[in-house]
Amino acid sequence: MKPQIAIIDYGMGNLRSVEKALQRVGAEAGVIDSPEAAAGAKGLVLPGVGAFGQAMERLSEAGFDQLVKEWVTADRPFLGICLGLQLLFTESEEFGPVRGLNLVPGRVVRFRGPQYERQGDSPGLKVPHMGWNRLKVVRDHPVVNGISEDAMAYFVHSYYCVPDGADWTTVVTDHGMEFTSAVSRGNVFASQFHPEKSGDVGLQMLTNFVHLVDAPA
Amino acid sequence: MLAKRIICCLDVDRGRVVKCIKFLDPRDAGDPVELARRYNAEGVDELTFYDITASHEARNIMLEVAARTAEEVFIPFTVGGGIRTIDDFRAVLKTGADKVSINTAALKRPEMITEAAERFGSQCVILSMDAKRRTDASPDYPKWECYINGGRVPTDVDVVEWAQRGEGLGAGEIVLNSIDADGTMAGYDVQLCRAVADAVSIPVIASGGAGKPEHLHAALTEGRCEAALVASIAHFSTHPIAEIKSYLAERRVPIRPTAFPP
Repeated sequence: MKPQIAIIDYGMGNLRSVEKALQRVGAEAGVIDSPEAAAGAKGLVLPGVGAFGQAMERLSEAGFDQLVKEWVTADRPFLGICLGLQLLFTESEEFGPVRGLNLVPGRVVRFRGPQYERQGDSPGLKVPHMGWNRLKVVRDHPVVNGISEDAMAYFVHSYYCVPDGADWTTVVTDHGMEFTSAVSRGNVFASQFHPEKSGDVGLQMLTNFVHLVDAPA
Repeated sequence: MLAKRIICCLDVDRGRVVKCIKFLDPRDAGDPVELARRYNAEGVDELTFYDITASHEARNIMLEVAARTAEEVFIPFTVGGGIRTIDDFRAVLKTGADKVSINTAALKRPEMITEAAERFGSQCVILSMDAKRRTDASPDYPKWECYINGGRVPTDVDVVEWAQRGEGLGAGEIVLNSIDADGTMAGYDVQLCRAVADAVSIPVIASGGAGKPEHLHAALTEGRCEAALVASIAHFSTHPIAEIKSYLAERRVPIRPTAFPP
């Protein structure tokens, strides 16, 4: 049987945790390695860790770039995680600039500035931004329903997304300055943090996503 | 602002958690996945499985433990112990584990840190070191020496220098085990924590000696560590994770709030 939620495998990182977490919250989730295998799926997940440029190449080689563009443009239930958020943007400066999927206007840039550098006795903030950090929900979306004000999620990244304008930004997080940690529009949601590694908070968001897949807006 | 982390460490021998009291008398403490689930429910931020299995044939049991954990516990976890090759790294990460810690193998062949970091990313390469105070150094200017093979064999390598070199080679984090403090439950070696944390830019995780919430507070403030590893203090439930977190939160240490207050 075709998975109801298809997780794109394009060779960028391990997908087992994402798959198991979605299954844990009741989804029929499975990994797909070709765009054709997404036929019949009602939700699409784009995960990924690693370098932006290599990820774009692999997405294109497998034809997943077209699938994601069509899916997101058609406003079908979509979840991007980590690199799967960044790839939606116009371009990234990581070993680049490298062109992204250009579904969300904006750029992906590296954490930089004096706050990340050693200053005398103080080592400065760490890059990569790795660990648990707070989520500030700035706009309602079904996926962040029920996420409390002091909720934290798990992050691992050195680059962050800067959308043009404020209409996509849904969650912000502070690491030396406030950055967009999740974007959304309609049935599309994508986060810099890893819901599959964020304990109960993450499972709540995945549950919300599964509901969205069952009953899209 | 990033939260300071509390990491629970489980020593695993042939698929069972064991707890040792003062290095002796290993006792069966249960199924690792069961315990992982319990600590997750109590609000621990991360888990580490340390494989102390002596026989090589039994190594695959650890991979099964990691794979089962990834099915049931949705917080980051590390696997360490007996990691020797890039293939070992790959096998561990394939289970859904987030990080791999290396110790003896890295001291024997430091390039392995770089190879693993280039292949899998620095964020999943944890350099673990077993540190012992040099008895010939003055207490005002203490020095620590790295030990290998489970803390049994001295190497003459200076801990602070090795930490800096490890960072340069691509390690993403350092776990700092104090051999002197380990198992005493009398507190971390805060001087050691501070010496290493001030010398590197990557996160340092204090390990060995936690017996009271105050000890974690000292490592995370004075010791400048980003995380503190606990074992006995949690296994014996003398101070549940939630109690430790409340203690830290009351003293304005940034921590991840637990779902269930104590």
